[in-house]
Amino acid sequence: MDLFKKTPKIDFMSKRYLAFVLSGLVFAVSIASFFVRGLNLGIDFTGGTLIEVEYNKAVDLAEVRGALARGGFEDAIVQHVGTSKGVMVRIPPREGLNSADLSNRVLEALKTAGTSVEIRQVDFVGPQVGQELVEDGGLALVFALIGILFYVAFRFELRLAVAAVIATLHDLIITAGLVSLLGLQFDLTMLAAILTVAGYSVNDTIVVFDRIRENFRKLRKEGAVEVLNRSVNETLSRTLVTGPTTLFVLFALYYLGGGVIDDFALALILGIVIGTFSSIYVASPVALVLGVSRADLLPVKKEGAELGGRP
Amino acid sequence: MNRYPLWKNLLILSIIVLGAIYALPNLYGEYPALQISTVRSAQLDAALEDQVRAALKEAQLEPLALERDARGLLVRLTDTEAQLKANDAVAAALGSDYVVALNLAPATPAWLQALGAKPMYLGLDLRGGVHFLMEVDMEAVVRMAEERFVSDLRSALREKKIRYKTLAREAGRGILVTLRDAASQSEVEDLLNEEFRDLTFAPKNDSEGSAVRLNLKEDYIRETRKLALQQNLTTLRNRVNELGVAEPIIQQHGLDRLIVQLPGVQDTARAKEILGATATLEFRMQDEEHDAQEAVGGKTPPGAKLYRTREGEAVLLKRQVMLTGEYIIDASAGLDSVENRPAVDITLDGKGARIFSRATRDNVGRPMGIVFIETKIDKQKKGNETIKVKKTVEEVINIATIREQLSKRFQITGLDSTEEARNLALLLRAGALAAPISIIEERTVGPSLGQDNITMGYNASVIGFALVLVFTAVYYGVFGLVADLALALNLVLLLALMSLLQATLTLPGIAGIVLTVGMAIDANVLIFERIREELRNGTTPQAAINAGYEKAFATIADSNLTTLIATVVLFAFGTGPVKGFAVTLSLGIVTSMFTAIAGTRAVINLLYGGRRLARLAV
Repeated sequence: MDLFKKTPKIDFMSKRYLAFVLSGLVFAVSIASFFVRGLNLGIDFTGGTLIEVEYNKAVDLAEVRGALARGGFEDAIVQHVGTSKGVMVRIPPREGLNSADLSNRVLEALKTAGTSVEIRQVDFVGPQVGQELVEDGGLALVFALIGILFYVAFRFELRLAVAAVIATLHDLIITAGLVSLLGLQFDLTMLAAILTVAGYSVNDTIVVFDRIRENFRKLRKEGAVEVLNRSVNETLSRTLVTGPTTLFVLFALYYLGGGVIDDFALALILGIVIGTFSSIYVASPVALVLGVSRADLLPVKKEGAELGGRP
Repeated sequence: MNRYPLWKNLLILSIIVLGAIYALPNLYGEYPALQISTVRSAQLDAALEDQVRAALKEAQLEPLALERDARGLLVRLTDTEAQLKANDAVAAALGSDYVVALNLAPATPAWLQALGAKPMYLGLDLRGGVHFLMEVDMEAVVRMAEERFVSDLRSALREKKIRYKTLAREAGRGILVTLRDAASQSEVEDLLNEEFRDLTFAPKNDSEGSAVRLNLKEDYIRETRKLALQQNLTTLRNRVNELGVAEPIIQQHGLDRLIVQLPGVQDTARAKEILGATATLEFRMQDEEHDAQEAVGGKTPPGAKLYRTREGEAVLLKRQVMLTGEYIIDASAGLDSVENRPAVDITLDGKGARIFSRATRDNVGRPMGIVFIETKIDKQKKGNETIKVKKTVEEVINIATIREQLSKRFQITGLDSTEEARNLALLLRAGALAAPISIIEERTVGPSLGQDNITMGYNASVIGFALVLVFTAVYYGVFGLVADLALALNLVLLLALMSLLQATLTLPGIAGIVLTVGMAIDANVLIFERIREELRNGTTPQAAINAGYEKAFATIADSNLTTLIATVVLFAFGTGPVKGFAVTLSLGIVTSMFTAIAGTRAVINLLYGGRRLARLAV
């Protein structure tokens, strides 16, 4: 089976301004969502307590709320998980109350709402830990991007590196924007998803850039626009096979992976769709706008020889 | 063209075989089990086995097997529910001389174990359990150290008859001694130089008069903090042993934190109670005038109390307490200076030294007992219900003869082995005044959620994997099947590598594996698309295969390395589940490079290499 019997000849570059406008719009919506809706930060980052329990029969949320309020937890957020037996309780961080006691007391309160309670999960994150996790998460993102920038600048060229980082940032911000828009919970696992999107997006972009470098060296007459167009077209079949293959797997995770994983999988699904779009419509056009040219990519030292010498 | 030399094929084959062997233990899985070990000298014998069998029978449980070895008795059970019931039944039957812990025993056959093959280590989110991050209050540690110095200094000044106005800790940090006149300033400085090497000092003269300001040396603070952390670490280890947990993890995390992971523990309230329980020590004189055996018979003389040693011997101690554990600063195992035999060195703080010196002055030549007191939670059977009972355990851990009047530093000698000295030091430290510690992060996963996570992760992996296999085979024909083979191999190698490294598998880790499957196929897509391209350009099939692999290699290397950068950063900054995800993803990238490039090439070469081909099924 083959999607493309011949290498397609789609003029992607001429539509770059249309693509920029489209990207810009979605980008603006994402940024607006950060300000209007904000991120639904999980207790990993805010600190607080999350308790998931399962009663042996269906319970009424109002009853659970009442039980918690009697126990002194009026500010608890209560919702069902899975079935009507499962209940998830989130309690904001509290000053002065010993962490260890808190979850015990919540459990005691929950027990009064039904006959038998089984603990599924208890997460308590102290405020100082939450703060550190925010910092570590931010640092991880920054260092990952810097690492990518350096590697691409070293292996290719600075303009392409900048284009790759812009495309990656584009994907990250829009994915995070959609996460905010959909109200998905942003916790450590979600951060991992966002960073994976970064990795995937760069991976996709590099494949196209690799071809751009090769074509600049091979095609001596064509201008930058033609070379870029051709490179995107030549890698199009690969882009359109790998994306869906990864999506198959992610859909399996989304539908079957359960609680923790399905938000994670959904964010990755969104990120990979965006990443596929950006490797075609953002990375290369940005490189073009930044003025990438043949002179930048001609083999300097022994880069050309490297291709031939490997299995 | 397109043939691998024999050594290359053999190399790939041997990697596959090794991978298969080390991935194999994961197929056998794990049994829920009970691990029974002794707290002290209680016997691990056939009688114990019978006792356990009887307890299980009474609870209407049928164990799969009972295995006895040097470490203890392992009871394999059919499922986690039976495991929980059995735990309650056996714990109640055996009492406090034994520790009964929930465990997952690997079902790895002996020949694999002999090769060092072990299944992957399941994270707490998969096996259930508690994770605590605890923080030692270092400010309090330093404050306590300063308070000790204030008290030591006060007695030293009194002893040297140096007159001072006030002596106290200052707000924040430091100690201030205000003096009556400038003359005593130099006297104080002399004293400090002689006896208080751990303090820095600076004279202070102003309108309010003369004073000396003191500060702890940085080295001393660092040492004190380290000691405080160590002390908490040993205390927690002790307690976790009491809790009965198989394979607990208790480790230092940074400069002032400790991680405690208790797999299989569901009752977090109990875990917290025990981790937070305090032990104390009491030093009491032995009552030599009365017979301990008489007291055993029920006639305890007035002014005395009957105790037992760890070995169960009866000892009669006086009721009056000479000293309690809170005055102990440090206890460490060492050798005595005279006979070079195992000993324990004990350091008291200033106040403790004064109290102890007074108490031992008139008792030289007499035996003294050290009592270790701990509050424990025990499970007991009451009718049909198992209830938790709080009980205080008091044990004599050592009886020593007082050789001379003791004060700040003294030694307990006459111990039989270094082992005994170490244990005694550990108990003394556990009973000393501990630095305050608090739980700053807790993550508990119940066993049912753990099981659900495993099931869901497994199902998602299988379905995702199957979808990719089918798609690839349909889209690339024979080459697709070869890629599928490589993909399966990649999974085997990834599992083998994770098992060998004993990396922790978490739920996000499973997601990482599944994602690796998706990304591993990318390398083959790149190669196959290249081959198709070459064929379209009119290259002969053999040359197309060769060119496809060669040209795609640089692209694959570049794209995978950039992804690897992102995952390594994730690993460096991530905690817990995120780390698990990063581990599987980065290992997966490495194994997939091998299988997708070298693995498929070997098979393609075997299929097509050195033959005349009209067309390729790609």
